[in-house]
Amino acid sequence: MSDLQQIVSDGLAQINAASSVQALDEVRVQYLGQKGTVTMQLKQLGQLPPEVRKTAGQAINQAKGQLFTAIQEKKNTLMAAELNEKLMDEAIDVTLPGRQMGRGGVHPVSRTMQRIIDLFSQVGFDVVTGPEIEDDFHNFEALNFPAHHPARAMHDTFYFPDGHLLRTHTSPVQIRAMKTMQPPIKIIAPGKVYRSDSDQTHTPMFHQVEGLVIGEDVTFASLKGVLNQFVNAFFEDDLQIRLRPSYFPFTEPSAEVDVEWKKDDGSIDWLEVLGCGMVHPNVLRSGGIDPEKYTGFAFGLGVERFAMLRYGVQDLRNFFENDMAFLRQFQS
Amino acid sequence: MKFSENWLKQWVNYDQSSAAVMEQLTMLGLEVDGVEPAAGEFSGVVVAEIIACEKHPDADKLKVCVVNAGDETLQIVCGAPNARPGLKTALSKIGAVLPGNFKIKKSKLRGVESHGMLCSEVELGISQESDGIIELPVDAPVGENVAVYMNLNDQVIDVDLTPNRADCFCMRGVAREVATLNYLEINSPKIDAVDSSLTERIKVSLAAPAQCPIYGSRIIKGIDNAKITPLWMKECLRRSGIKSIHPVVDVTNYVMLELGQPMHAFDLDKIDGSIIVRMANLNEALQLLDQSEAKLTDEFLVIADENKALAVAGVIGGLDSGVNDQTQDIILESAYFDPATIMGKSRKLGVHTESALRFERGVDWDLQAVALERATALITDICGGEVAPIHVERAEEYIPKQQTIELTVEHLRKVLGFDVQTDKVTQIFNDLGFAANFDGKSWTVKSPSWRFDLAISEDLIEEVVRVVGYDQMPSHRLASTDAIRIIPEQLKQIRFIKNQLADLGYQEVINYSFVGEKQVSDLKLAQDVFALANPLNKEMAVMRTHLLPGVLNNIKSNLARQEHELALFELGKVFSKADDIKQDDVLLLAKTGQQSPEQWSQNNDKVDFFTIKGDVESLLADVPNELGFEVSAQSYLHPGRQACIKSDGQVVGYLGQVHPSICQKMKIKQEVYIAELNIDGIQQVKLPAWQSVSKFPQVRRDLAVIIKDEVTWSEVSAAVRKSLGEEATILYKLCLFDVYNGDNIEKGYKSLAMAMIFQEKNRTLEDKEVDKLVSKAVSFLTEQLNAEIRS
Repeated sequence: MSDLQQIVSDGLAQINAASSVQALDEVRVQYLGQKGTVTMQLKQLGQLPPEVRKTAGQAINQAKGQLFTAIQEKKNTLMAAELNEKLMDEAIDVTLPGRQMGRGGVHPVSRTMQRIIDLFSQVGFDVVTGPEIEDDFHNFEALNFPAHHPARAMHDTFYFPDGHLLRTHTSPVQIRAMKTMQPPIKIIAPGKVYRSDSDQTHTPMFHQVEGLVIGEDVTFASLKGVLNQFVNAFFEDDLQIRLRPSYFPFTEPSAEVDVEWKKDDGSIDWLEVLGCGMVHPNVLRSGGIDPEKYTGFAFGLGVERFAMLRYGVQDLRNFFENDMAFLRQFQS
Repeated sequence: MKFSENWLKQWVNYDQSSAAVMEQLTMLGLEVDGVEPAAGEFSGVVVAEIIACEKHPDADKLKVCVVNAGDETLQIVCGAPNARPGLKTALSKIGAVLPGNFKIKKSKLRGVESHGMLCSEVELGISQESDGIIELPVDAPVGENVAVYMNLNDQVIDVDLTPNRADCFCMRGVAREVATLNYLEINSPKIDAVDSSLTERIKVSLAAPAQCPIYGSRIIKGIDNAKITPLWMKECLRRSGIKSIHPVVDVTNYVMLELGQPMHAFDLDKIDGSIIVRMANLNEALQLLDQSEAKLTDEFLVIADENKALAVAGVIGGLDSGVNDQTQDIILESAYFDPATIMGKSRKLGVHTESALRFERGVDWDLQAVALERATALITDICGGEVAPIHVERAEEYIPKQQTIELTVEHLRKVLGFDVQTDKVTQIFNDLGFAANFDGKSWTVKSPSWRFDLAISEDLIEEVVRVVGYDQMPSHRLASTDAIRIIPEQLKQIRFIKNQLADLGYQEVINYSFVGEKQVSDLKLAQDVFALANPLNKEMAVMRTHLLPGVLNNIKSNLARQEHELALFELGKVFSKADDIKQDDVLLLAKTGQQSPEQWSQNNDKVDFFTIKGDVESLLADVPNELGFEVSAQSYLHPGRQACIKSDGQVVGYLGQVHPSICQKMKIKQEVYIAELNIDGIQQVKLPAWQSVSKFPQVRRDLAVIIKDEVTWSEVSAAVRKSLGEEATILYKLCLFDVYNGDNIEKGYKSLAMAMIFQEKNRTLEDKEVDKLVSKAVSFLTEQLNAEIRS
């Protein structure tokens, strides 16, 4: 083995043995530094006879390249290991809680109301609203409730001394909409309503969404179709609905709508969820719409009722107690 | 309306199961609210007669009875006060099983053997209360099964009637519905005129003919007071929730349940002269059948004689003129009263009667004489008596008329959206008792005397479709418009405001719109409140003028539940009296406690003015105009920590700390910060408009000034901009990064440290010119605001 071969082999062994970037650099200096073993060989090249100088030079350069490459490779390996070690020192407990800002949310009634609005908006219902302090005309008279009619007594109305009242349903918005819009009309009117009734299943204030559609081809069968689609879409389930005859002064024919509901024990119940009907001609007339030309349907649903069914809320009164432990359950 | 199913079956004999018929009733619009068995489930109970009855030797309240049970004679110990020899009653023999799986065994009571038990109605699940054992008629067959004898294999159906269906407050009405749906015949009881043996009649004056246009009456004399109401009638009444009182009263109630005509019986001896149906006088007094004293007004219609009121027409009789055990001669009343006249009267008197319930919704105006005949027959069957002719006084012009209503085939289709066979429609009308005539294009229908809800063609359409069945109706799709509607981009929708607040950490609450009057005054809020005339209670007596009371209540109750970090918002109407009623949507934000939930990873300061101000600034970042905050003076806010929020010079709201005295009053022990905003003021947002973006570097110069405490940052920043004159556009940003008062700063002064960041749109700024701008600002602040530059 020539000297050179020995040098390379020693060098490679030392490179391989270097345990740190610094130790490696010392090896580099020892061989390839200004006074390094290989560098010295190159410097001594001039002393060789010219005929061997070329071959010897090539050999030395090759050895130099070999060592250089080995150093680079080893350096990369060592640096990666050192980086890794450093990073491992920086390791954290990833299970510690993240930095929190307080969380908020919308009220379940708003959430439900918005869902209802979204569903109807898809098919072109516009959202309109009306006042909560109403007059007798809009809340009753224009809706075909004759004075002293027993249907009025059923409404448990809150009155003000001047004769104004808190609207008992969102239906007055029907009249307001008819007076300002031209058929075809297709609206929903969400909002608060009031009845002087307070027990486990009644709160003196609750929320309704009123729907009103007026046009030349609006029929009782299309009302059934719309409600069927809505109920299925709201509950994301193919639930059966049942319309059964009922009475509201402002619709004729009128219906209550029940939804087929599977109870926890597997049995089926019909749950009343909304009231509806074909707009009474007197109501169309009150709104300035020609009942000879147009027909309409209307429906009114209780938002809390839908929220209770959708989210399994057991006690209506929870909605207005505003307990954070309750409200947080509806944060999204 | 509660009634016995067996009774219904007498009227219309259907084959369907009970459940199927209940379902039919509900689907016809007579919602079945409940079905209950007429009695509990029991066996081994027979009719028995007490032969002898002696006091128990060792117990004061017990009796030892010898009882004939038909096939045997038994000794029974009984505690009932009404146990007496000769009484026929119900006996549970040994081995009998009573409701609740209660087995009767041989037993000894205080040493005396008892071979069974004599039963009360409660023990057989017939009623909720009783004051002794059952008293059966004297002719009850001893040994007969009690369930069979009393016809207890029956159900009580409770139908919830809508206000338009007064015609179904009787068997006749309900039967008509069931018969129509099932194409069955109605078995009406045969009602024949009772021959009169007397000629007497009482004079009747219709002094208020509009309120009472029909008054039928009949005198019956010499009834036998000792008679009792037959069991079958008592049971019918009981199953309809009506107590048996007196045979005559029971008959009037029975006829009401059967035919729908409420009736009344007066004691003839108590009537002076003639009967006058008139309006009551103001403050006219009358002691009612329920023993209460009524003070009437001229809104009430009364049945009176020549000296006094006898009864409140259609509502309740008077105590004095009613029938009792001594009555021998009676006058039966069968009248038609105008519904609007009766409406609300029972509520005013605080008595709810079956009679008022029917009259206020409308009683068949062609029924009065028939009902009198029916009642007469029943009364004379039970109590005997001599009958005078029926006398019906009528005021023709005030009697309701049959309505003639037309319905075209075309209109029927237009409303329903589908066709119903014309033959079927005609049949439905006729089965329901509407005389209908079809000419190929339309029906002409006469409304029957018992229906008060038929006036227009839509009313007929409902009759058709409810008999056809709402469930048989097809579901059609609504023709949908394909128009794309505008969603105004410069109007922020409420939902986005709510979602933005939720993202800022606020939880929405919804409170009742009414609050207590005291809450309003405690909070020093506006006094011009809307007070309800009929509030539920004094905590819900006035309409809120502000959202604060409700939200403070929420904070208080949540703090009590260990929720100390609260960020709440409510969006809703507040109400105030101006020239007109003001009811506008407002938004209230409230925050209290630490700024963020307790956690390991950050220091946590308490919420302060600038927390809520930051939230307001975030929420209003997209309003078209720059926001201004100016010192304000709202009474419910901390006088030194509040501001009004201005947009385009208009006040859109206020923010600040809730006045500590209010929190103290409400026992809220931490600082609460709120912001209230008019929705109108924050819904208008700007439409983004492009501006060129500078590619040239920014130059920053920091500047610290010492200045008097009273000088606001708003003044300082305005002064800096002003000092630059036209070159203010180069000042890209002025950022306050420190406010300091403490060591090295004289009391009454503060140090403000700001960064002035300059940038030009089209060139790189030179240091020299920036320095010049800074020195302009420095001299302006020094000269105008007496600021001292801090080195």
